[in-house]
Amino acid sequence: MIEASLKDLAAALRAGTLSSVELATLFLDRIDALNPSLNAFITVDRDGALSAARAADARLAAGTAGPLTGIPLAHKDVFCTEGVRTTCASRMLENFVSPYDAHVVSQLKAAGAVMLGKTNMDEYAMGSSNENSHFGPAKNPWDASRVPGGSSGGSAVAVAARLAPMATGTDTGGSVRQPAALTGVTGIKPTYGVVSRYGMIAYASSLDQGGAFGRSAEDCALLLSAMAGFDPRDSTSVERDTEDYTRELGKPLAGLRIGLPKEFFAEGMDDDVRAATEAALEQYRQLGATTVEVSLPNAKLAIPAYYVIAPAEASSNLSRFDGVRYGHRAPEYVDLADMYSKSRAQGFGAEVKRRILVGTYVLSHGYYDAYYLQAQKLRRLIAEDFIAAFTHCDVIAGPTSPTVAWPIGEKSDDPVQMYLQDIYTIAVNLAGLPGLSLPCGTGAGDLPVGLQLIGNYFDEARLLNVAHGFQQATDWHRRMPAVG
Amino acid sequence: MSRPDWEVVIGLEIHAQLNTASKIFSGATTAFGAEANAQASAVDIALPGVLPVLNKGAVERAIRFGLAIDAQVAPKSVFARKNYFYPDLPKGYQISQFELPVVVGGQVTVRVGEGDAAYDKTITLTRAHLEEDAGKSLHEDFHGMSGIDLNRAGTPLLEIVSEPDMRSSAEAVAYARALHTLVRWIDICDGNMQEGSFRCDANVSVRRPGAELGTRREIKNLNSFRFLQQAIDYEIQWQIERIEDGGRVEQATVLFDPDTGETRMMRSKEDAHDYRYFPDPDLLPLVISDEWIARTRAALPELPGAMRARFEADWGLSAYDAITLTSSRDAATYFEAAVAAAGDALAKPCANWIMGELAARLNKAERDITDSPVSPTQLAALVARIADGTISNNAGKKVFDALWNDAGSDVDTIIADQGLKQMNDSGALEAIVDEVLAANPKSVEEFRAGKEKALNALVGQVMKASRGKANPTQVNEVLRSKLGG
Repeated sequence: MIEASLKDLAAALRAGTLSSVELATLFLDRIDALNPSLNAFITVDRDGALSAARAADARLAAGTAGPLTGIPLAHKDVFCTEGVRTTCASRMLENFVSPYDAHVVSQLKAAGAVMLGKTNMDEYAMGSSNENSHFGPAKNPWDASRVPGGSSGGSAVAVAARLAPMATGTDTGGSVRQPAALTGVTGIKPTYGVVSRYGMIAYASSLDQGGAFGRSAEDCALLLSAMAGFDPRDSTSVERDTEDYTRELGKPLAGLRIGLPKEFFAEGMDDDVRAATEAALEQYRQLGATTVEVSLPNAKLAIPAYYVIAPAEASSNLSRFDGVRYGHRAPEYVDLADMYSKSRAQGFGAEVKRRILVGTYVLSHGYYDAYYLQAQKLRRLIAEDFIAAFTHCDVIAGPTSPTVAWPIGEKSDDPVQMYLQDIYTIAVNLAGLPGLSLPCGTGAGDLPVGLQLIGNYFDEARLLNVAHGFQQATDWHRRMPAVG
Repeated sequence: MSRPDWEVVIGLEIHAQLNTASKIFSGATTAFGAEANAQASAVDIALPGVLPVLNKGAVERAIRFGLAIDAQVAPKSVFARKNYFYPDLPKGYQISQFELPVVVGGQVTVRVGEGDAAYDKTITLTRAHLEEDAGKSLHEDFHGMSGIDLNRAGTPLLEIVSEPDMRSSAEAVAYARALHTLVRWIDICDGNMQEGSFRCDANVSVRRPGAELGTRREIKNLNSFRFLQQAIDYEIQWQIERIEDGGRVEQATVLFDPDTGETRMMRSKEDAHDYRYFPDPDLLPLVISDEWIARTRAALPELPGAMRARFEADWGLSAYDAITLTSSRDAATYFEAAVAAAGDALAKPCANWIMGELAARLNKAERDITDSPVSPTQLAALVARIADGTISNNAGKKVFDALWNDAGSDVDTIIADQGLKQMNDSGALEAIVDEVLAANPKSVEEFRAGKEKALNALVGQVMKASRGKANPTQVNEVLRSKLGG
């Protein structure tokens, strides 16, 4: 049952061969057994899950169930959940309980999905390895001595290790796609504005976007369909009709033009990743697609631009965590300034502090023009590169991550090495485009390799079908780590 | 206060609280006076994950203001974050507008001074921008701690910035008053200064005439016109004395203490924040279409400046009268209704009655003109009866009293009931005059000897004998003809 697709689970629930309570219990028991070693969840809500499962069973019995009713789900702990603590993997919010649900959370509640708990992540979604968590790193189920990627590491691990059939994540510079690649699952980050950010604790507002993890593109399509949609509470939410992202699944890939950015294939990626990527592209050609070289000349500037814009926004977004109204407050302080500095010094981890400092610096008087405005110009150039490339192709493909999962601790003392992990994913966020990662092979140590597919604006349905077509022809997405 | 050897330079920043029902970025109510934090929503408290959504009503009011001062309403403006830490600033930043404000330029013409010394002055505006207010820190009753009330957090403000065009506290007050009138006139702000709905910051500097601008000090949060005047006058004197004593004025922010009448330093330039402004990524640029501007323009009422000019041109009112009657839209509406009922020819006496008797009575009773017991049509009827000679001006006051006290509603009925009608029967008047002349030979003699004053005594006697009903002008004429004849 832990191997079943969302579609099959929904069918079983509807047929009555399985109850939602049974299904939730199955996964909750797996979490109890495996989470101590994988650390995928920060909070598990057994009571809430079983109560939601009973409600789902009633809906199933009443015949008012939707495609996700009764199916268990894990939320990244960046989404606010009423009554269940929302920590953002930070000491600052270790005991914070939100009085309201994020838009994504209420959408999935309304759809009848059963939340099992909240998943581990890099603190405030800042990181590429899940090592920056106040609750300790989540472990890669393919090799527990290795990182699962980040920042949505816990959600990726939960799906990879079959602790949940589906999970939400957020992606600011690759935080859905990169952990999906490193753990061998499928993850999609839609076009900026497709998923409401209301109730999603902000890291870098102009880049943050909610996304979906599943074991297949089809599962991601079902989950994304329930997450997406216009929300008037988010001014950057795009006013479009709701979409069924499964609608293109099954369309043949013959004639599909896949753009290969020469800059992505030039250097920087490990040989094993390159081999798996090339093999996947060959598979696409066999499915009738053609590949064409495209150029993203400014893509190499994505990392510097990102590490100006994201910290700038973060430095401001995280100002509200001041110990005044909620969150961690230092037990002892002498005056207001001391309360601020001690509370924040104690509440935030090293990477969060680093980005607040960088962000504060680049917005400072005298530096704003040189850093922030320049970075915004680069951002426009990067977006223009993609727009130009899409005149030659339907989707863009390349590696998701330059390496397979690395040992925990290997890069944690070298932030720049860590930042370079996002070299292929960050430009997509700067441009606001949809991106997806699907398992496409293995590299050294039999570790998963992800293929990244990038679509034009609002082209999620096609992107998902391109991944689906590959998964219909291959079994990489069915591989499961040996985790008991 | 003015010294010919020094020139004073003043610019004002006025924060007008916009009278929207809900806050600028949340749905919480803006009503004043609720229990602390009862009107603070998740967005106002800045809970994790919440996002701002712009209130279109606030934008609408900014457009109205821009059109009323003949400014440019920006087709695209941008909300920016002004970053600083303070406990009553829940997000750690204020959403404001920085590089691209919603209103650019504009001007206001004000009347400064009184009587013959009065003059018109045009003040240019730099900009007006939308922003959110902060909450309040409460430093009492918390046993050594501070309380935070976030009810005010997120209340919409229009910050109206002038050029440094004013040259005296009188000009600054006249400008502030004109804006205070205007924002209420176009119904974007209730103007309640006690509740902080309209507050002024004054940037003041002094220089030798013709010299470069001096270093300014900013006086914060002046919430009455009197304090504005006092604070500026104190600051001017302080700066002049400091320079004349060989010192220098350093850029600073100061507070005015109404108890001492002095300003005191709040923070120096060295303590100034680096606000790290940048465009707020949670809000899209504010785009205002020509169509929206046109629709707003069509709905604007006639503005006080235009109305003042019309009163002067059409009805021959003095500048003073026209300004007084356009000091509020309600007063102007009352006046126009009275003139409409009385006729254009009686505009001036209508104005006199409104600015005189009615204003005095309203003031004494602490009532608003919209709440006047005497309606514009009643006042017009009263003015008409004085003008056509039916009653004297003095009798008019009795009629007014009756209307005010609700002792009657119809002017003619009151005149009849109280027997206030003037004596217009010349035969009866001549009889009384003859009696009075016969009874006062001494006065007659004096008048004939050239003593003009004696006539007044005789007029008084005739008025008395007629029990006030004689028309004084007519009495004068009859007396003169009899005495001269």
